[in-house]
Amino acid sequence: MDYQHILVKEHNQVGYLTLNRPKQLNSFNVAMHQEVAEVLKNWTVNPEIRCVVISGEGRGFCAGQDLSDRVVDPDAAAPDLGVSIEKFYNPLIKTLVNMPKPVICAVNGVAAGAGANIALACDLVIAAKSASFIQAFCRLGLVPDSGGTWFLPRAVGHARAMGLALLGDKLSAEDAKQLGMIWDVAEDAELQDKVTALAERLAKQPTFGLSLIKKAIHQSSHNTFEQQLTLERDLQRIAGRSDDYREGVQAFMQKREPNYTGC
Amino acid sequence: MQELITQSYPAEKVLLLSLNRLEKRNALNNATLRHLVELLQQAEQNPDVGVVVITGHASCFAAGADLAELADLDVVNLQLDERPQLWQKIDSFSKPLIVAVNGYALGAGFELVLHADIVLCGENAKFALPEIGLGMLPGAGGTQRLARLVGQQLAMRWAMTGEMLSAEQALQHGICSQVSPTALTVQYAVELAGKIARQAPLALRVIKQSIKNIHETSLSQGLKLERQSFVWLAATQDRQEGISAFFEKRKPVFKGQ
Repeated sequence: MDYQHILVKEHNQVGYLTLNRPKQLNSFNVAMHQEVAEVLKNWTVNPEIRCVVISGEGRGFCAGQDLSDRVVDPDAAAPDLGVSIEKFYNPLIKTLVNMPKPVICAVNGVAAGAGANIALACDLVIAAKSASFIQAFCRLGLVPDSGGTWFLPRAVGHARAMGLALLGDKLSAEDAKQLGMIWDVAEDAELQDKVTALAERLAKQPTFGLSLIKKAIHQSSHNTFEQQLTLERDLQRIAGRSDDYREGVQAFMQKREPNYTGC
Repeated sequence: MQELITQSYPAEKVLLLSLNRLEKRNALNNATLRHLVELLQQAEQNPDVGVVVITGHASCFAAGADLAELADLDVVNLQLDERPQLWQKIDSFSKPLIVAVNGYALGAGFELVLHADIVLCGENAKFALPEIGLGMLPGAGGTQRLARLVGQQLAMRWAMTGEMLSAEQALQHGICSQVSPTALTVQYAVELAGKIARQAPLALRVIKQSIKNIHETSLSQGLKLERQSFVWLAATQDRQEGISAFFEKRKPVFKGQ
């Protein structure tokens, strides 16, 4: 698999996607969007991949949109920024949220603009100690996109979401963890090993069951309590029919380690 | 030859019909529609069938009519087409008809859904009337039943654009009464059918008539018909049984008499 703007590796049932435009802090242009979409589409349905890791090459994670890829001539007619959102960013965020397997975001450096919100769309975010998150949109007169205004208040609460989105200040990895915005922080030199260990652990888990957990947690944000209880009943019915549930119960009875296949 | 529609009895007095031409995305060609009508007519006569559930496949309910068949018909042959009669027979089926929709219900597939008394959807269900894209209009009641169900604004919009509706939209606008995870749609439809199949058959019959009648009559006429059915049911044994069982605090046993 050869791509121009990303690095792709599949190892021990984990798919590693690394944004690879380090000179531009891995900011998105159209070609990178297309490559990312192609790889994620494949991994969504590929049963050999049971966990996905997204990271960035070089010192940054992702600086969001590459502004030089857009027309910024101040005399030209106003651009329609909705087009690239509808065509690229929104589908990317939906793909990450609906991916039927865990998605880890290894934030190796600055995550700004859409880059910060792509991280928030992933299931587990582990950031390097030197990494930071910036809702940079307000500084250009724009609105946080890529799900930012949806994820942020849910992750950190209304007051802090407002502060982050209106001020666009840099948030350190440690502070992000303190706020409950991300799962964990690692020493810079240890980030990669820590993420790999976590990804390989997740890749051995009952993947189908994990996909149902993702679904339940995502739906909780717009369901009523009653609806959520009904959803839990429904998903548990489906989970109870899986091979992995049988294997899990058998392994427990036989006092051995379960061998999950993800089905 | 492969069965166009498979039959099973997943619960007492519940007949499940599954459209079985997945390679053609369950397109409702004449043969399939004819077979469906035959099976419904048998079910009509069969006292062991209380409720019929129609479903398709997990990924596709029915993706429209058979375009190849349609393309062959000119204006004269269309005049003589048997399909309107087939649809009419589905419409006049007198027992409760439940449709369980997973995946695409497009064109004639959507129109078949609109013939049902009760519709349950999987969350992957998608509805559309794409006929406009072919320079046609829905020809099996799509414009009529949909407009009566959801009103002019939405029916016009959907029929004029061919826009795709999600299961959630279908629920919101009363095209279905329940959305469940896709893997459970048929199970829940069968459970619902089982619950209905335990009710008094004659009462079910007049309830269906009475409610379907709302599109044909004024309120005062509808109320008169409802009253007539109410009085007529008083002559049935099942009504006595239902009332007795209520006072005796036991479950009624209905016989359809």
